[in-house]
Amino acid sequence: MLRIGGGIRTFHFVGIAAFVFVLIFGLWLVVTANEWVKPIFLPGPIDVWNRLSELAASGDLAKDILISCYRIAIGFSLATLLAVPIGVMIGAYRAWEAAVEPLTDFVRYMPVVAFVPLTILWAGTDDIQKFLIIWIGTFFQQVLLVMDNTKRVPLDVVDIGRTLGMKDRSILARIIFPAAAPGIWDSMRISLGWAWTWVVLAELVAATSGLGYRITTAQRFFQTDTIIGYILVLGTLGLITDQVMKFLGRRMFRYAESRR
Amino acid sequence: MSAAKLQIRGLTKVFETRREEVLALDNVDLDIADNEFVTLVGTSGCGKSTMLSIVAGLQQETSGDVYVDGEPVRGPGRDRGVVFQAYTLFPWLTARKNIEFALRGEEMTGAERTSKANELLALVGLEKFADAHPNELSGGMQQRVAIARALSYKPQILLMDEPFGALDALTRQLMQELLTEVWEQHKLTVLFVTHDVEEAVYISDRVIVMTNRPGRIKTEVKVDLPRPRRYEMVGSPEFGALYSEVLESIREESLEIEQLGSTL
Repeated sequence: MLRIGGGIRTFHFVGIAAFVFVLIFGLWLVVTANEWVKPIFLPGPIDVWNRLSELAASGDLAKDILISCYRIAIGFSLATLLAVPIGVMIGAYRAWEAAVEPLTDFVRYMPVVAFVPLTILWAGTDDIQKFLIIWIGTFFQQVLLVMDNTKRVPLDVVDIGRTLGMKDRSILARIIFPAAAPGIWDSMRISLGWAWTWVVLAELVAATSGLGYRITTAQRFFQTDTIIGYILVLGTLGLITDQVMKFLGRRMFRYAESRR
Repeated sequence: MSAAKLQIRGLTKVFETRREEVLALDNVDLDIADNEFVTLVGTSGCGKSTMLSIVAGLQQETSGDVYVDGEPVRGPGRDRGVVFQAYTLFPWLTARKNIEFALRGEEMTGAERTSKANELLALVGLEKFADAHPNELSGGMQQRVAIARALSYKPQILLMDEPFGALDALTRQLMQELLTEVWEQHKLTVLFVTHDVEEAVYISDRVIVMTNRPGRIKTEVKVDLPRPRRYEMVGSPEFGALYSEVLESIREESLEIEQLGSTL
């Protein structure tokens, strides 16, 4: 079992993973039940659960989730719709790469956080500003990931297209894009995870709704249970979106799994 | 007999790297007759694959000319089908759809394309795997589909760059037999590249031995073994003589590369 690269049964894997979760949860329970830490800093799991149930019953939780999801959906879609074609182009043509890649690489290293004040000046504090932050945080990363996915398409496969008498445009659409698609999907799955970070960031700083906004107001009133509850909700939402993307990817790209 | 199907005249290729210029092919002349099966053999880096790539139109020659039926080659085209060593089937398409993909350029209805694809799958013995994706096929099966795909649109010349190079020795033998059988039934001009001497002698009408870089034609060995070829022929004295002749010629080049001339 403990050997580099050694395999374990799925049953064991799930067991070990579940054990770690239970262990941390138990630790949390013990520490808070004995009040080793003041509840204002760390409320117990039951308090957190009760608070979340209250917020769920009042409809606030659903409203917060919905508005944050809406912002991600728009911001992430705008980034993806632009990043995929641009990434494929710069992955396929060196001249386009020269025009776009160094610039993108430069912008990529500018901290998204530093754009928050600027985007507020430009777009105010409503949804447009949230889209903008999500867009800035994901687009530049996506372009580079998609470029990489495109470059991984073997040249021999492209050459087959040439020997079939296909024009460049047709090779791009009918060979390079489908060949890179499973990788691109995976890149989108990874960047969707980051989008969750950026939406909360934007909502923490300036917003009147959303999961991040609720966390900020909770801090103002020392509602630590709300903060912890929402962080857990965010983690769960991220996990769900990731699993959904993985599931869809497996469905669409079954042919990309190696079976032999 | 009319002029050669494929004519290569004064073909020269220089690769420019940052530090130096490398002469890969030096003034090569070669004629291949209609329906002739010719194999290029040589040590690694002798330029045989480069030559095939230039004939395919995928690489540009530095000087010289390539003619198919007297017409100069300008870039890749459907008159020349290519099979590479690497697996190049499109993984998102089934075996049948991979062949249909190659037939898109033809004036055919969808139904005609499908029946043509089925016919070719049967030719390489894979009719049962028509709906399998490449990830469900063995390496040998994938190369058979790749051959079927290259034959499907009836190119004038089939160019094969070590198509069985990635397969294990036993599968390789079976592939050589299959290719020979297919070729004997449906004659076609073939330029085949390999460094496997037995393979070269078994499948070819003529074996061209190339020198080390810069690649030139060193010798030609005419393979006058009767057709249809049978695998038992490999053990015959005639086969042995041809095999030795080709091997001896390449061996000199290998010894030179490895600087073992005086040792062995």
